[in-house]
Amino acid sequence: MTRTAGEMTPATSKGPDVTTTQTKTPEQAEGPRPLSAREGAGGDKIFSGAALAAGAIILVVLFAVAVFLIAQALPALVAPQDQIAGGKGFWAYILPLVIGTVIAAVIALVIATPISIGVALFISHYAPREIAQILGYVIDLLAAIPSVVFGAWGISFLAPALVPGYNWLSSTLGWIPIFAGPPSATGKTIMTASVVLAVMIIPIITSISREIFLQTPKLHEEAALALGATRWEMVKMAVFPFARPGVISAVMLGLGRALGETMAVALVLSSGPLLASLIKSGNQTIAAEIALNFPEASGLSLSTLIAAGLVLFVITLVVNVVARWVISRHKEFSGAN
Amino acid sequence: MSKRIDVKDLNVYYGNFLAVEGVNINIAARSVTAFIGPSGCGKSTFLRTLNRMHEVLPGARVEGEVLLDGDDLYGSGVDPVAVRTHVGMVFQRPNPFPTMSIRDNVLAGVKLNGKRISKSDAEGLVESSLRGANLWNEVKDRLDKPGSGLSGGQQQRLCIARAIAVKPDVILMDEPCSALDPISTLAIEDLIEELKANYTVVIVTHNMQQAARVSDKTAFFNIAGTGKPGKLIEYAATTEIFNNPKVKATEDYVSGRFG
Ligand SMILES: Nc1ncnc2c1ncn2[C@@H]1O[C@H](COP(=O)(O)OP(=O)(O)OP(=O)(O)O)[C@@H](O)[C@H]1O
Ligand SMILES: [Mg+2]
Repeated sequence: MTRTAGEMTPATSKGPDVTTTQTKTPEQAEGPRPLSAREGAGGDKIFSGAALAAGAIILVVLFAVAVFLIAQALPALVAPQDQIAGGKGFWAYILPLVIGTVIAAVIALVIATPISIGVALFISHYAPREIAQILGYVIDLLAAIPSVVFGAWGISFLAPALVPGYNWLSSTLGWIPIFAGPPSATGKTIMTASVVLAVMIIPIITSISREIFLQTPKLHEEAALALGATRWEMVKMAVFPFARPGVISAVMLGLGRALGETMAVALVLSSGPLLASLIKSGNQTIAAEIALNFPEASGLSLSTLIAAGLVLFVITLVVNVVARWVISRHKEFSGAN
Repeated sequence: MSKRIDVKDLNVYYGNFLAVEGVNINIAARSVTAFIGPSGCGKSTFLRTLNRMHEVLPGARVEGEVLLDGDDLYGSGVDPVAVRTHVGMVFQRPNPFPTMSIRDNVLAGVKLNGKRISKSDAEGLVESSLRGANLWNEVKDRLDKPGSGLSGGQQQRLCIARAIAVKPDVILMDEPCSALDPISTLAIEDLIEELKANYTVVIVTHNMQQAARVSDKTAFFNIAGTGKPGKLIEYAATTEIFNNPKVKATEDYVSGRFG
């Protein structure tokens, strides 16, 4: 230590050290010059300071928003039961909405995930280059369409188109509670809303998954092929394991959008109380409930809606924590080392 | 089972670019053959035609014949996937599957094509393959750990174990030691010597000493200039190539006096 420091005194130092002397910060100027004082350290300081400030600002803003929301929502949580919409208190009011939200989002995911992964894989590993490129553009375009458009498509086209399907479902599978009749004559059901949500999130999940599939190291794809793997086996051996965490993240992004989607659901679903049947009109999601009632809300009803928003926030948070946990569970085998 | 390779008038293309032209070569079973030559002369390209890995690149194609014990690998009705189970390959950079354990890496090729294998057979195969790759003693206590946790040299030997687990006839190696330290390199060279007893081994190397140490015969490839196709210049016993080459270019190359 001391010897090195001695070598770096101005008497023996060469050119570059002169500049470090100039970039010394005031604190460093007092004591012996530390070994870490190098040219460029000033830039590092500025950058790390800026990054720290940005991080701090985000936290402060988030905290402020949270405090505001909780303060606004509190009246609904403590109000007498009969003053909340429905007359049975906040939790009785929110529970059916939570269930409706989760059901709609889960159905959307169940529909969207396999389709998205299939399309992404087709684009990345099966389609000829020109077709892949065109498909890629189309998918990216779809991802940019505002949700109102999907909602409008849902009521004007999809809902009527699904009615015959619902009739068939209720007549053949009506004994299963989720397909119990009589089905909605307009098709404006939670099932339709879920399909619209699925269509909305397919482009996001597809687009991200395709990016990730394309990043699979050639090294591992060739390793599989050289062992005598067919293309599909190569995908299972090299592409999916590599892409797994990224695809989970993509699906979670899609889930987040499905959970929080307001306009499409508000337009497509003719809402009502919680029902087991997915093909009758009824059910409601938190986001759509807020969107529909917000314009006329005031006082306690406004607090109720804000509290509902908080609940949605908690659901989204839980989903993300679970996703992170799933991703980290296989860290040792992730290939990061 | 080791098989011989006979290549007749092979031209190799990337799209319209002729990368390797007019190769004729006969490689005996149970032998080690080294491919040497300057960078870009098409050694890797040619090597990859021997297990039909060349054609996985878009636009890549081949003219001519590659006979494995008389059967044309490029004949009509030949499935490239089946070819690759007969002709295994080890790459320049060790590439074990990062999400698989050491055991699963060894068995990766064996479980392909819906083949089932009993647990005891699998255990036996894992051990014999790892022993065959001189890796067993180093990993026998951690077969369930990820293959990516091994050192580079161990990973490369794991890749060799993975290649021999499918019991190929031929093993191709494209600069298998270029990413390794001298000790690991020696371990692989010893291994190549042993593999010769059961397999036909073809190795691409930039290291002349390595070619001289491990190979029975050596093929020198060269290229006339950028954009020109690579050609097989001289193919003979390794001692011949290094001590008494017939062609001037070969002599210049092996003696280090190269353009
Ligand atoms: N994917 C590819 N697409 C088009 N041309 C390629 C491709 N890969 C290689 N080539 C060309 O083919 C020729 C032979 O390349 P190759 O990689 O076979 O050389 P090599 O002898 O293995 O060289 P090195 O010793 O550096 O590995 C070169 O001109 C190279 O530019
Ligand atoms: Mg090469």
